[in-house]
Amino acid sequence: MSKIFAITLQSGRKYVSQYVRRSEGVTALAFLAPSFAGILIFFLIPFADTVRRSFYDVRGVNFIGLQSYTSVINNAAFRLAATNTLRFVAICIPLLLLISLGIALLIRCIRPHNALFKTTFLLPMAVPVASIVLLWQVVFNDNGLANSVLEFFNLNAVNFMGSGAAFWVLVFTYLWKNTGYNMILWLAGLDSISDTLYEAAHVDGANKWQSFRYVTLPCLLPTIGIVSILSLLNSFKVFREAYLVAGAYPHDSMYLLQHLFNNWFVQMDVSRLSAAATMLAVVLLVIILLIRGFLDEKD
Amino acid sequence: MKRINNSKFRKNSRFLAFIPLVALALLVWWVLWFMGMGSLMSLEELNATIGAALANDGSDERAFFPFIPAWPGLQPLVRLLLDTPHFFVMFWNTFRLVIPSVLGQLVLGAPAAWALSRFRFRGRKILITVYIALMLMPFQVTMVPNFLVIDRLGLMDNRLAVILPFAFSAFPVFIMLKGFDAVPRALLEAASIDGANAVRTFVHVGLPLGVPSILAALVLGFLEVWGAIEQPMTFLGDPSAWPLSLFLPQIVAEELGLAMVASLFMLLPAVLFFLFGQKYLELGIQAAGIKE
Repeated sequence: MSKIFAITLQSGRKYVSQYVRRSEGVTALAFLAPSFAGILIFFLIPFADTVRRSFYDVRGVNFIGLQSYTSVINNAAFRLAATNTLRFVAICIPLLLLISLGIALLIRCIRPHNALFKTTFLLPMAVPVASIVLLWQVVFNDNGLANSVLEFFNLNAVNFMGSGAAFWVLVFTYLWKNTGYNMILWLAGLDSISDTLYEAAHVDGANKWQSFRYVTLPCLLPTIGIVSILSLLNSFKVFREAYLVAGAYPHDSMYLLQHLFNNWFVQMDVSRLSAAATMLAVVLLVIILLIRGFLDEKD
Repeated sequence: MKRINNSKFRKNSRFLAFIPLVALALLVWWVLWFMGMGSLMSLEELNATIGAALANDGSDERAFFPFIPAWPGLQPLVRLLLDTPHFFVMFWNTFRLVIPSVLGQLVLGAPAAWALSRFRFRGRKILITVYIALMLMPFQVTMVPNFLVIDRLGLMDNRLAVILPFAFSAFPVFIMLKGFDAVPRALLEAASIDGANAVRTFVHVGLPLGVPSILAALVLGFLEVWGAIEQPMTFLGDPSAWPLSLFLPQIVAEELGLAMVASLFMLLPAVLFFLFGQKYLELGIQAAGIKE
């Protein structure tokens, strides 16, 4: 009975919605126009132009085919930057996911007195990079505080900014800044898991680890996808730290794609820049679609 | 009996959870402590303690940081406030980028978000996908497209070159869209005014119900533009128009006392805004995390 009712309702809605669609379309257009005009003018149309330019010479006149692409891919600086960026992402994102999930779980343990810690871990995302440049230098300089601490424990001083350690300093900064953001996403994911699942697990005699492994983790799968996507995109912002502290040409270990884009921009190398931007956009879109596709399959 | 054991266990595990949390929280608290105490130190003390880290004179002297200043002094603060007019210019420059950008995000974004959330029309899903895809692109992808337009419009080195791309960014639209989606339809219908047109419904019903997500967009937008580095660096060639975020690294190299106080001034508005809007900020972050 209720099924029939639902069907009638649905087909009725279809008629209404067809009528509504037409009149709502016009209103929607009026509401959307200012925003979407800007999206078209500042992003979509010039992005199409960027893709076009990646096949043309620097002045955008002569067609040169894939020349810019091959020149980008064969470029030593690009290879260094792409490798570093990949390495950075491959190391940071799993670490960040684990640490922020750990913190989210700990914070749930101490409910309801966790407001202070939530604020604490979220705060770094509000800290403007420029305001901690000084602190960074004071900590990681050759004679800085980090080395003072190492010396106190009778360990060898490390040349943080002028060696491979620079890469790890950047990793640490990224983790420091983004843990809180992900913690909030994890907490939302954890909150959405129904208590009855845990109760059922408890009744079945599951211990704490088992209920985490068989209830919490599977329920967090959708969250893992979105957390990784957002972490990936936030990872591009570490350029700020790297650039403000070490300039346009930092130690090789932390020369990232972002540095390369910036330097090519300064040199006004529009063709190669366009080719690189197009490739980056395609790679990111593919990664995002893969993650989402993987998750939809799991659902 | 078992229950008592259980609650004891719970208490213990709670206590154990505090230890790593406090240890990790120290990494954040220490930074704030450093910024606050550093600003209260006299220039002499700054030079004597952390000066070694910035000297680069090849000496072996290591920097250290006292827990509280031994000789507190306000000269760096006073000097910044009285003797460095260019600091105020930069501070003002930052606001001249932040306020129009964030206002633009709200004024342009809220109606668009409302339309995408409440109206059903052909192409709606595609539009939402476009907004999401744009929201997920880092600056390195949009840098060239933005530059091409800005150059064509003759806006290079103009503040609008930074403001306009921010004002049209897709992220706030997405957050507000999620916010409007969360308002139950029944509530909307109950609140809707008989015979009111679409604009009035939006202003009198939509906007008030969407306040949390609008504030979320406001807070996230403020923090984004306040700390922005890539955009002004790329599109503002003239240092006299630079915001504080570009100016600070320069004075770090020049003057320790000033840099310390100026850093605090860069930090404070962001932290205050964060504390004021933390609830909404969390909402905004969660909005991006919900699968549609």
